[in-house]
Amino acid sequence: MVQSQIQPLAAPVKKAYWNHKRKEFVVGWLFLAPEFVGLMILSVFPIVFSLYLSFCEWNLVGGLSSIHFIGIDNFVAMLEDEKIHMALKNNLIFTLFTVPIGIFLALILAVFVHSKVYGKEYFKVAFFIPYISSIIALGAVWSALFHPSQGPINQFLLRVGVENPPKWLADSHYSLVAIIIIAIWAAIGYKMIIFIAGLSNIPDELYEAANIDGASQTQQFFNITLPLLGPTLSFLFITTLMGSFKVFDLISFLTGGGPNDSSTVLVYRIYEEGFRNFRMGYASAISWLLFLIVGVITMISWKLQNKKN
Amino acid sequence: MNSTKLSVSKLVTTALLGLFSLLFLIPLIWMVSAASKFETEVLVYPIQWIPTKWNFLGNFEQVWLGKVPFTLFYLNSIKLSLIMTLTTLLFSSMAAYAFTKLQFTGRNLAFGLLLSFMIIPSEATLVPRYLLLKWFGLYNTHGGLIFMGMFSIYFTFLLRQFMMGIHNDFIEAAKIDGAGYWRVFWGIMLPLSKPILATVGIIKFIWSWNDYQNPLIFLIKRDLYPIPLGLQLFRNDFADNYAVLMMASLSAILPLLLVFILLQKQVIKGISLGGVKG
Repeated sequence: MVQSQIQPLAAPVKKAYWNHKRKEFVVGWLFLAPEFVGLMILSVFPIVFSLYLSFCEWNLVGGLSSIHFIGIDNFVAMLEDEKIHMALKNNLIFTLFTVPIGIFLALILAVFVHSKVYGKEYFKVAFFIPYISSIIALGAVWSALFHPSQGPINQFLLRVGVENPPKWLADSHYSLVAIIIIAIWAAIGYKMIIFIAGLSNIPDELYEAANIDGASQTQQFFNITLPLLGPTLSFLFITTLMGSFKVFDLISFLTGGGPNDSSTVLVYRIYEEGFRNFRMGYASAISWLLFLIVGVITMISWKLQNKKN
Repeated sequence: MNSTKLSVSKLVTTALLGLFSLLFLIPLIWMVSAASKFETEVLVYPIQWIPTKWNFLGNFEQVWLGKVPFTLFYLNSIKLSLIMTLTTLLFSSMAAYAFTKLQFTGRNLAFGLLLSFMIIPSEATLVPRYLLLKWFGLYNTHGGLIFMGMFSIYFTFLLRQFMMGIHNDFIEAAKIDGAGYWRVFWGIMLPLSKPILATVGIIKFIWSWNDYQNPLIFLIKRDLYPIPLGLQLFRNDFADNYAVLMMASLSAILPLLLVFILLQKQVIKGISLGGVKG
């Protein structure tokens, strides 16, 4: 009895509900569409297409019809390509220096700026300025500072008794060192800001309690600060690790990978092979090597994070 | 007693760190100093931090009114950065609105997919993107650069985090008044998201201004160059004229410095939200 009374009422309500649902479905996807379609076109399609290209030979000048499938030849060629070996080695060296040194220095700065000085805002701004500045403009400044004969750095080194100071950017033994110095300097403010954000999430009570217990500053740092900064540390570690495999701007602008490929890196190889030598297939193969490296780092970091949770 | 003792040590630390910050900023101080000098005095050692003979205006003229059209590069950068910032804000917040306030099938799947796209490095897609631009007739145009700079998963994510915190009551009230989806988005969600939109906008502007790789690869015509490529031209043309080059670098950084110093709280907050560059 009761049921039969409700039924006739429910139908239109239900219909209205489904109409509303259908409308929200359409509207929802419409709102998503630009972003979603844009990223499909600019990210997903290109990475898939470059996988295909990486098995092809194609020198661009001949148009699309000159694409030839050549199997794994590009990858075989990469195994024997000394410039690729050099690039991988340089990427590794760059990573091994910029990531730990950069994070270590930024952490020290952050601890001081966060709670041990007056004028916190000034220090935040001062150390952060290089990060917001164009890396190209900064590169131009450093190219003058590193000038082999008359640059301020070498003038200084000569004065203090270094007899043959390195020629820095023009020196195949030191070009990468110079780039590493600039890269650490330019990114330190960013890491410091992230650390300060992490530090301000640590409750003051913990330190107050530790003070009452008579823990020294060093003990507090190792027993409170460092463990609680864990997530921040791993975030910075992973992002800077991935970033260091994508380094390009400074190298392209300052050394062009030289002298003698002494500062070449993977992304610079992609640029040179693809857009200077027009070997698009080969450049795509290098792109996939880069994608795999970055992908593996991401996967590992996800695994580790899931384990922790 | 204890607190005064503490502040003395704090003062000493401040002084030491202050000195260190000056040392840290030496490259930039040197840049300003060199930009004010005559070329012959730039590399004189010991460094004269305050020039004996000023040539600030002379260098300024060389950069802004000389044969390399720096003014044009400036206008290009302003145009590109502004359009990329506004379009990114629009598309990211539209997506964020859908992700937070609309219920529809496939929403979570779409979000998961979007996040997984994040692992694709833009550096690995340069070759196919070059082809795409050629096909679309956008190679060597500002339109092509803008197209590639309009979408950001990272900013969508930040905006979504923020919009999740906006109370549904506001939306329900508007719906009762007869507002449709677009009006809810435009008239309620966007105004309520102003703080995060400002933060994201500033950061996107800075990143667009500084982008070097995309213009380097996808532009060939000199008249279309933004500032970073303009600087590269300067470096080629004035290889050892560091006074002019430093003036050009200073000019490239200055607008960002102003934006940053005026809006430092926003910028720093935005970066602290857990920034991944890209």
